[in-house]
Amino acid sequence: MSGKDEAELSRLLRAAIAGDERAYADFLHRIAALVRGFARRKIVQGGVDPEDVVQETLLAIHVKRHTWRHDAPVLPWVYAIARFKLIDAFRRRGRRIEIEIEEIAETFAEPESETVSERDVNRALDSLSPAQRSVVSAVSVEGRSIGETAAKFGISETAVRVSLHRGLAAIAKRFRAGRE
Amino acid sequence: MRTEDLVKALDADARSKALPLGAAWWLAAGAAIVIAAAVFWLMIGPRPDIAIAMHTMRFLSKFVFTIALAASAFVLVRAMSTPGASTGRAASWMIAAPLLVIVAVILELFAVPASDWGTRLVGTNMVICLTFIPLIGIGPLVVFLAVLRHGAPTRPVLAGAAAGLLAGGLAATFYAAHCFDDSPLFVGTWYTIAVAILAVLGALGGRLFVRW
Repeated sequence: MSGKDEAELSRLLRAAIAGDERAYADFLHRIAALVRGFARRKIVQGGVDPEDVVQETLLAIHVKRHTWRHDAPVLPWVYAIARFKLIDAFRRRGRRIEIEIEEIAETFAEPESETVSERDVNRALDSLSPAQRSVVSAVSVEGRSIGETAAKFGISETAVRVSLHRGLAAIAKRFRAGRE
Repeated sequence: MRTEDLVKALDADARSKALPLGAAWWLAAGAAIVIAAAVFWLMIGPRPDIAIAMHTMRFLSKFVFTIALAASAFVLVRAMSTPGASTGRAASWMIAAPLLVIVAVILELFAVPASDWGTRLVGTNMVICLTFIPLIGIGPLVVFLAVLRHGAPTRPVLAGAAAGLLAGGLAATFYAAHCFDDSPLFVGTWYTIAVAILAVLGALGGRLFVRW
């Protein structure tokens, strides 16, 4: 980790929370790369796909971004969430791992690109209501903007935002720790 | 869904807002105090001789213990609800309240003849103490568990227990104004058990409800 990374990431996240979407996209891309490296190094045996951990961590970061204190460092916050989601992923698959926090603090990642395969998030997407699912798919997989999505379904932009937000929250909820 | 696509969806939701966790804790503290005060006034109220009692060290010492517990637990539970926040220093402050009680107990043992230790410890209303501290504290505990849910504690069970200690410290502060037993021997025993009940309930609540 360099102090520059830290400063840049906190600047981006502050801007994102203030509503700057470009800063948020930039932030999420960088975090995805860091968490991917982290997950790949931690997952030595199979059973857990690192990319699932990346996606679950990004979702958790998104729905819990109000827990970040603007004067606190971002990276320890990100890695604490990633570690929590990683441990949960192992637990769900009936494995046990031990991770020391100190160890994590030193293992900072080089950006790595993703591998493509069937994702847990897809299964979570399937569990959404049809309206939420089509909005989330339009914005994500089809890459439409809020406005385009609203036009496509003939609903207001506000309705799109609400469906998107609720859909994402519902997906994140599916990955809560300790679920049955 | 590729991660790239997920990022697009999250990014499009960038403008959604949630109450910042720090503000949520202060709101919760205010709500919890109001709830505890309401339950306290409706069910038991302060002891009639409170004006006189206020001039005694033993009566006042109870508030020192309970406020020390509530304050240190508040700092700890706030830290525990934030991922990556260091909790070491906050956790070490949790020793303050027990330490104060232990010092007071030792002083009490010197101040009071050994023949009276038993009656001081048993007191007059331990059952009321064990009933009303959890009863006053349960509402605040629910509020604090809700904030933990709003937050992101990486150790939910421990965070729930800390929330229980906070609810316990708050409830005991109110209850102390009602209670006629001011001896540290009584407080150190029965208040501790009553607060522990809330801590256990908090841990259980953390396990069952605080998932993210």
